[in-house]
Amino acid sequence: MAYFLFFLLSVVCVAAVLGMIISKNQAYSALFVILAFTCTGGFFALLDAPFIAVIQIIIYAGAIMVLFIFVIMMVDVHKGIAPEKKKWTPVFASGIAVVLLIELIIALKMAFNPLNTSSSQTIGNPSDLGHLLFTKYLYPFEITSILIITALVGAIILVKKKEKE
Amino acid sequence: MIPLSYFIILSLVLFVLGIIAFFIRKDLITQFLSVEIMLNAANLAFITFSKSASALDGQIIVFFVITVAAAEVAIGLAIILLIYRQKKSIKTEDIKSMKG
Repeated sequence: MAYFLFFLLSVVCVAAVLGMIISKNQAYSALFVILAFTCTGGFFALLDAPFIAVIQIIIYAGAIMVLFIFVIMMVDVHKGIAPEKKKWTPVFASGIAVVLLIELIIALKMAFNPLNTSSSQTIGNPSDLGHLLFTKYLYPFEITSILIITALVGAIILVKKKEKE
Repeated sequence: MIPLSYFIILSLVLFVLGIIAFFIRKDLITQFLSVEIMLNAANLAFITFSKSASALDGQIIVFFVITVAAAEVAIGLAIILLIYRQKKSIKTEDIKSMKG
């Protein structure tokens, strides 16, 4: 059952990312990425991280992608689509990327063997996560809140139109 | 139990697909989306190693990565809107001049 879920989710995820690359309309690209992020949430749930899975779906697939779709609505989509001038660029990028993938897999091959001896005990209990977040990682947590506030104020100030115009 | 190496290979594939998308697509919004896909691949690797080590720290780091990504998206989309107001375009090849 878990194998079936994993392969179904991975096929859907990779297909969604490919669809995002291929589709010419940015709104469709954003919708494909929402699908891919939801599948990633499914992987997190398979890996004993239910809290992170829920956060992934609510914040990533919900909030962040809504921001993207708002901006896609604001800009003119048809002007954003670039005509393909150089045909060799996608081929070259794909070739280099496949080389990079093989290289990464070879580099991480040593790490694969100790990975498979994992215990089957469940981790990722939300109460444990919250406890760790407010004891060991308290300072990073507070700094993150300052970062969020700064980003919010910065985004508003950047986009706000000047009074004179 | 699914072997954890499958998850690592999947995260590598997603990362490389993000890189391909970043180089093939020529508009800022889709390039930004592909950066998000690369962040997600890194998150998947973090969660996998956290599962392998039976430690929660990887999940905490993913929590921070998600919040930082939210802040990054807010700022980045604001910058994209500013570029669109100035240049009336979000193609990367239209953005050539500095101090535009």
